[in-house]
Amino acid sequence: MTAGPEETHGAEGPQGPAPGEADGQLPARRGRDRLEAPVVRTGMFGVHDTPDTSGYGRLRVHRTPALSSPRPYGGYFDTIADALGMEEAIYRVVADRGELTFYVKRERLTEVAAKLRDDPALAFELCTGVSGVHYLEDTGAELHAVYHLASITHNRRVRLEVTAPDADPHIPSLVGVYPTCNWHERETWDFFGLIFDGHPALTRIQMPDDWKGHPQRKDYPLGGIPVEYRGATIPPPDERRNYS
Amino acid sequence: MGLEEKLPSGVLLTSVEKVAGWARARSVWPATFGLACCAMELMMTGGPKHDLARFGMERASNTPRQADLMIVAGRVSQKMAPVLRQIYDQMSDPKWVISMGVCASSGGMFNNYAIVQGVDHIVPVDIYLPGCPPRPEMLLDSIVKLHDKIENMKLGKNRERQITELEQARLRMSPVRSLPVVEADPVVAEAEL
Amino acid sequence: MSIPQAPAGVTDSEATEGRIYTVSGDDWDELHSTLETEDFVSGGQLVINMGPQHPSTHGVLRLILTLDGETVTETRASIGYLHTGIEKNMEYRTWTQGVTFCTRMDYLMPFFNEATYCLGVERLLGIEDKIPERAQIIRVMLMEFNRISSHLQGIGPMGMELGATTIFLQGLRLRERILDLYELITGLRMNHAYIRPGGLVQDLPPGTLEKVREFLGYGPKLLGDLRKLIDANPVFIGRTKGVAYLDLAGCMALGVTGPMLRATGLPWDLRKSQPYCGYETYEFNVPTVDTCDAYGRYLVRMDEMDESIKIIKQCADRLAARRSADDPVMIRDAKIGWPAQLSLGPDGLGPSPEHIAHIMGQSMEALIHHFKIITEGFRVPAGQAYVPVESARGELGAHVVSDGGTRPYRVHFRDPSFTNLQSIAALCEGGMVADVIPAIASIDPVMGGVDR
Repeated sequence: MTAGPEETHGAEGPQGPAPGEADGQLPARRGRDRLEAPVVRTGMFGVHDTPDTSGYGRLRVHRTPALSSPRPYGGYFDTIADALGMEEAIYRVVADRGELTFYVKRERLTEVAAKLRDDPALAFELCTGVSGVHYLEDTGAELHAVYHLASITHNRRVRLEVTAPDADPHIPSLVGVYPTCNWHERETWDFFGLIFDGHPALTRIQMPDDWKGHPQRKDYPLGGIPVEYRGATIPPPDERRNYS
Repeated sequence: MGLEEKLPSGVLLTSVEKVAGWARARSVWPATFGLACCAMELMMTGGPKHDLARFGMERASNTPRQADLMIVAGRVSQKMAPVLRQIYDQMSDPKWVISMGVCASSGGMFNNYAIVQGVDHIVPVDIYLPGCPPRPEMLLDSIVKLHDKIENMKLGKNRERQITELEQARLRMSPVRSLPVVEADPVVAEAEL
Repeated sequence: MSIPQAPAGVTDSEATEGRIYTVSGDDWDELHSTLETEDFVSGGQLVINMGPQHPSTHGVLRLILTLDGETVTETRASIGYLHTGIEKNMEYRTWTQGVTFCTRMDYLMPFFNEATYCLGVERLLGIEDKIPERAQIIRVMLMEFNRISSHLQGIGPMGMELGATTIFLQGLRLRERILDLYELITGLRMNHAYIRPGGLVQDLPPGTLEKVREFLGYGPKLLGDLRKLIDANPVFIGRTKGVAYLDLAGCMALGVTGPMLRATGLPWDLRKSQPYCGYETYEFNVPTVDTCDAYGRYLVRMDEMDESIKIIKQCADRLAARRSADDPVMIRDAKIGWPAQLSLGPDGLGPSPEHIAHIMGQSMEALIHHFKIITEGFRVPAGQAYVPVESARGELGAHVVSDGGTRPYRVHFRDPSFTNLQSIAALCEGGMVADVIPAIASIDPVMGGVDR
């Protein structure tokens, strides 16, 4: 069964108890919240259509609901959150496994990043890059862009996450704030189709210039070929029997 | 220009083949097409412990125009494929190709959209060298086998016959190594006599 | 069947920048006859393609240089010639199988790739503090060996491209010995898949510590010889001093980390600031230089190799001091730890006979765990983690996202070569075309990491 971020096998992050367990309240992962979350996987052992006798064919695994960590976050996370402020730009904060994540509204991204870089109490000078994630079943917020920032002055790390729907995959570019994002944003555009508004030259960087499609999206196939080996044929990795 | 146009015939041809093969095998200049991890093992093969200079091959010609052997060392991505073909085209005959490593031979562990599943989709390969990455000793073995192939390469009319014979042998070969090679039907063979 | 040829001869066309002449493999005389005098006199700019196949571009990197005489006015880097889709491939394999993919990413430092990925997975599993200490010590030792072998393979071609072929071959001598050590410990010279989530796949074979001590005997001497060869060499200094300048502000803006950053004077090293795998318990310095040029970066790399030797010595001492007979290298959790120990038997390499006897004869649970872990893999709780390590080239981090299943949902590697290579324009523009070579060499990019 899937486990939420709360179930970290008993170990706690260095910053205190995992989110959702403060004050003895039960995590909201059970019950209605969980059932309303989108379905991420169905069936087991690669069985999709028939309900086989084990019953695993009808298994429906829901995605972990989007919880927010309650205050206090623990450690230096509270200092960062207090110095940053901007509560209307940040709609969710997760402090989990020793890492702090701010979910920022996309239209406010450049402001938040500029404040993180310029405010001396925050001083996140180094942006270590943009990573894209595609959550296919999360309608309305399919494409996520994740920025990791590091502060050398204060020796801290923070993560910013921005979402955009597939229908309107635009996110403001951070090249003006952190020039290092130039190639990272080009790569994210190349692999996910996320358009970074304001990027000086948003072109393909890893795939050939005339490639069609965005390869690392979940609806793009892996593209392998079946392999013949000693008389047997082995299907490509995305079509093989899968035990999870 | 060159040897191919001035070939004699008969016994003289055999002697020319022997001399030409002997000379060609001992003066191979690789155009190292080092791409990924196999390129590191290729460099180590040129290093002091396993020495490519024993064959005179340590002088890698960076320009393909002066190279005889292209060692495709590493995974060939879709973006790199036209470049590979262009470099191969720029090499002058006679030229040979060793596909070093499983990624060059068959796509290796990367069975996906980005990697050409075997460089023989693009260039004709003479020696396939498996391994991920192959040890320098394995690369040396493949080079020795290639030298053997070069020395025994025939010229002119004999070459055309050699190509046909090799092709027939490959068509008869079974994909499963443990099974014996399928022989021609003995009744039919007798009838042909 | 005719092979399609590029259009022969000289073609010229009008563009907004002026007249463009394209020459593809033809006589320069033809170009001269078509040139119009005023173009020639006004001094056109030459666009040169330092193509993907090039001896000095450290792999398949394509640089498009716009030259004005000998001066480079514009540099554009085109990458992606080695893009393998490793990150997408990992989404179709279990968490442990992912190690075999990520290890081939930056092929000169496979242990660092594995370590950052495994640390991310271990953070998601919540077992960061349960990794056996022996495993941590061996991880540190292997990573430091990897740092040395990677720097040798960076400095070697740097010298070779500048004409100093001796340093390349001598560096390869030492690198061979390190690869022999890898082969002894992990079974492979490269692409080991040795560090796995939960610890290491196997313990050190007997005789390892003796070989390591042997290395500690001749290694420093060989490194000293290399330094004597190059450090004060006037030709080397002439070609690298003052070349490829990038100061601290530039590095911060471009996100550059690693020896390039330490050559600007900032002692930022993740092993000291945000330690992992027990690095806080080792004694070593972080070498810096403040010249910000290619020579400075070379000096930083040489010093880092000396510091790595120090750390390896401490690791070897700690391993020798461990006397307990029960010293695991894999976490004892039956639901996560890799079950089998490999051993060489009469029929080849396979699970050791003791393990087979245990799962077939003694414990049903062990058999079930073995089966489930190897076919299905372990489940990692949902969430995301980013644990960067200080690799030979800079900050290497894996952003690991899990949806609770047995396969990674998304793994993205923040590769230092990718980010450091962005700075190539800042390093080359305004300089001579001959300075492009030491500039690239001082970045020390590995295209496997850049393109993934």
